[in-house]
Amino acid sequence: MIAGAVGPVLELEGISKRFGALLANDGVTLSLKKGEVLALLGENGAGKTTLMNILFGHYAADAGAVRVMGRALPPGRPQAAIAAGVGMVHQHFTLAGNLTVLENIVIGSESLWKVGMNRDGAIRKIEDLSRQFGLPVDPMARVGDLSVGERQRVEILKALYREARILILDEPTAVLARPEAEQLFRILKGMAKGGLSILFISHKLHEVMGASDRVVVLRQGRVVAERVTAETNPAELAELMVGRAVARPKRQAHAAGAPVVVAKGLRVSRGGGMALDGVDFEVRAGEILGIVGVSGNGQAMLGRVLSGLARPEGGSLTFDGRDIARMTPRQAVRMGIGRVPEDRHAEGVVGDLAVWENAVLERLRDYARLGFVRRRAAMDYAEALIARFDIRGAGPRTRTRALSGGNMQKLILGRNLAAGPRFLLANQPTRGLDEGAIAAVHQELLQARAEGAAILLISEDLDEAVGLADRLQAIVKGKLSAPIAAEAADARKLGLMMAGVWGTADAH
Amino acid sequence: MTVALDILMTASLWEAVLRIATPLIFGVLGALICERAGVLNLGIEGIMTLGAMVGWLTVYWGGDLWLGMAVAVLVGMMMGWLHAMLTVPLGLSQHVSGLGITLLASALAYYLYRLWVEVGDLPPTIVPFQPLAVPGLSSIPFLGEAVFTQMPPTYVALILVVLVAWFLNRTPAGLALRMTGENPHAVEAQGLNPHRIRIWAVMVGSGLMALGGAFLTTAAFNSFFPTMVQGRGWICIALVVFASWRPGKALIGALLFALFDAFQLRLQTVVEGVPYQLFLMAPYVLSIVALVLVARRARVPEALMQPYRRGER
Ligand SMILES: Nc1ncnc2c1ncn2[C@@H]1O[C@H](COP(=O)(O)OP(=O)(O)OP(=O)(O)O)[C@@H](O)[C@H]1O
Ligand SMILES: [Mg+2]
Repeated sequence: MIAGAVGPVLELEGISKRFGALLANDGVTLSLKKGEVLALLGENGAGKTTLMNILFGHYAADAGAVRVMGRALPPGRPQAAIAAGVGMVHQHFTLAGNLTVLENIVIGSESLWKVGMNRDGAIRKIEDLSRQFGLPVDPMARVGDLSVGERQRVEILKALYREARILILDEPTAVLARPEAEQLFRILKGMAKGGLSILFISHKLHEVMGASDRVVVLRQGRVVAERVTAETNPAELAELMVGRAVARPKRQAHAAGAPVVVAKGLRVSRGGGMALDGVDFEVRAGEILGIVGVSGNGQAMLGRVLSGLARPEGGSLTFDGRDIARMTPRQAVRMGIGRVPEDRHAEGVVGDLAVWENAVLERLRDYARLGFVRRRAAMDYAEALIARFDIRGAGPRTRTRALSGGNMQKLILGRNLAAGPRFLLANQPTRGLDEGAIAAVHQELLQARAEGAAILLISEDLDEAVGLADRLQAIVKGKLSAPIAAEAADARKLGLMMAGVWGTADAH
Repeated sequence: MTVALDILMTASLWEAVLRIATPLIFGVLGALICERAGVLNLGIEGIMTLGAMVGWLTVYWGGDLWLGMAVAVLVGMMMGWLHAMLTVPLGLSQHVSGLGITLLASALAYYLYRLWVEVGDLPPTIVPFQPLAVPGLSSIPFLGEAVFTQMPPTYVALILVVLVAWFLNRTPAGLALRMTGENPHAVEAQGLNPHRIRIWAVMVGSGLMALGGAFLTTAAFNSFFPTMVQGRGWICIALVVFASWRPGKALIGALLFALFDAFQLRLQTVVEGVPYQLFLMAPYVLSIVALVLVARRARVPEALMQPYRRGER
């Protein structure tokens, strides 16, 4: 260690940033020491990503300074941040799916005027880094063919390849399953021991508690608290973040009604294998059925089949006794099947449309007369949704893209629940949401259950699944386990189920 | 059937195929470079026309043939710059801007031509490029006549295919260009400037398009007339899709189209009783069929036609 290396490696001082009327960052000051792991915590829309984008030079701050090793970075220049040793893993992957891992990693590392590339040298360096940090990837693989976990590794390798000494990770585990996330944090801790400084953002309090040395809490663009991790607890952090005590609602015992959606032996093939392989389940009125499992085991296909986006090749699927195996999404909407899609940006809302337009998009017929949209009625409906589901930071005319993740999700849920659906498909409904928003979403789901809706919950978050669902089934390689009651679910049993260990006898 | 075979067996057919393909090769490479960076350039038809005019005019005014080519490239780059300014930093519709550039450049070509050139009953002419026999290779039977006795720019076009492929796949700048067409956010996150990369790509691509136009007036013909590009630009745009945005396949596409064209020209003269318009139509129909067959598997650059705006989510 260099003598006098006690000063912070990174300092943010008085950072402010305004988007129109919205003050996204308000005089934020924080610092990061060498070898430290700092967690940045805050509600959806608190301004965490904005702050990191300023630090990395994607945005220029309206006021304030960023200093790395005591030297100020010029605003708005990612190049300068990289040169100073800052590496960033963005909230949304910044990878090109059509290019190889190698290409995604080396771009920008060599002068554009250079003739020819040192491919072999680059491959060797990537392999060295992979080995050193325990991040295995195949440099020649096409990024589009990789799993999300592997993509995350590529993102980190990108930063390491550029010799980052300060690593910023914006919600690195939002799309990872628990074991992958745990492994990632093991790696990060190892890096910190090796002298790297790490700043990460996460909504998952157990990760923050487990991996960080210090926590900074951001609320409405301002630093509201700073804690040494060892001296705090998840409940306190949640409260600091939201500004009030939050607790996830508890499921009340409640008798289920008749089966609403019944699947028998559903089969869908994809590529060479089976995406769904003889799937049986039954969702009853007033009941939540939880499907748990590591992502990539067929959840996405199950979601697509239940929204009419994919057709099963075998088996039967009924809704109130009617065959819905070949329904279209339009029919799904008509029949009162509500859907909360896995990727809210791609399939949930149209980002460039206003909130009111997204609110009525599925039921345009109800808000049209003679082929014209009844704007007044649609606006009123949007206002009502905003009020009833507590969608914050938005009016009916706000561009939907500007909503934070949590509020966008409340809009989608609200749009589906307002009509009182008989069946609701909720696919990863709280991915990327903060603790307060999760509690709100859970509350809505339980409310719908109490009103008699049949709900199929697909989730990677075991706490969520166990907390909400009446019965649980695990999905492994396209096959479903037999259901077990939530009361009977303990960590060991679920772990075995998700590993595909269940008696073949009770799988039917 | 034997007629067709006879035609295919003549070296002069293949010599013509390469000649007809040359402007297409330049054009399709130009369009491909623009699109790999994420910018559709529908200015191509006009840029080719203007390139044809200024290339010819330079020679007409006493310049060297190669100087004419160089001037065409320069003027093409200027048009490309205009298209880039409208579509990249300003993020305007690439379709609208491209069609605007085509109208502007075509009109400008004809206007300047009429302004600067005295036109009598017959359009004035220049002495165009002459075929250059490659020493040694041109004496190979059949191949020598078919491939190695071409106008010099044709050799340039063929070499350019290799060069562009190498540039795109084997240099840091080529990688940056491709990445910009796939995900400009990733480019910025790696410290590069996606706008600057797109602007350069569009300028270079437009320069090549103009070169394709100039070939028409300095090698294929020896005079300029305003309608001479005749949709070749649009063919190039289709060929890029046909080629799945790959330079090698673009060459094949250009040659295939040229083959249809050369073939129908010869067929016209031997087959009687069929309206010649049908023959004229054939290359286009066949191209559409080929496009339908091939393009379904094409891997489109993901950010094609998506303007990149900094600091927006
Ligand atoms: N480019 C932009 N233009 C306009 N508003 C923006 C922009 N980027 C962010 N905002 C707004 O600034 C606020 C802070 O957003 P930011 O993305 O920093 O939140 P966050 O804390 O990262 O939330 P999340 O946990 O959902 O990722 C939000 O209200 C958001 O709508
Ligand atoms: Mg964020």
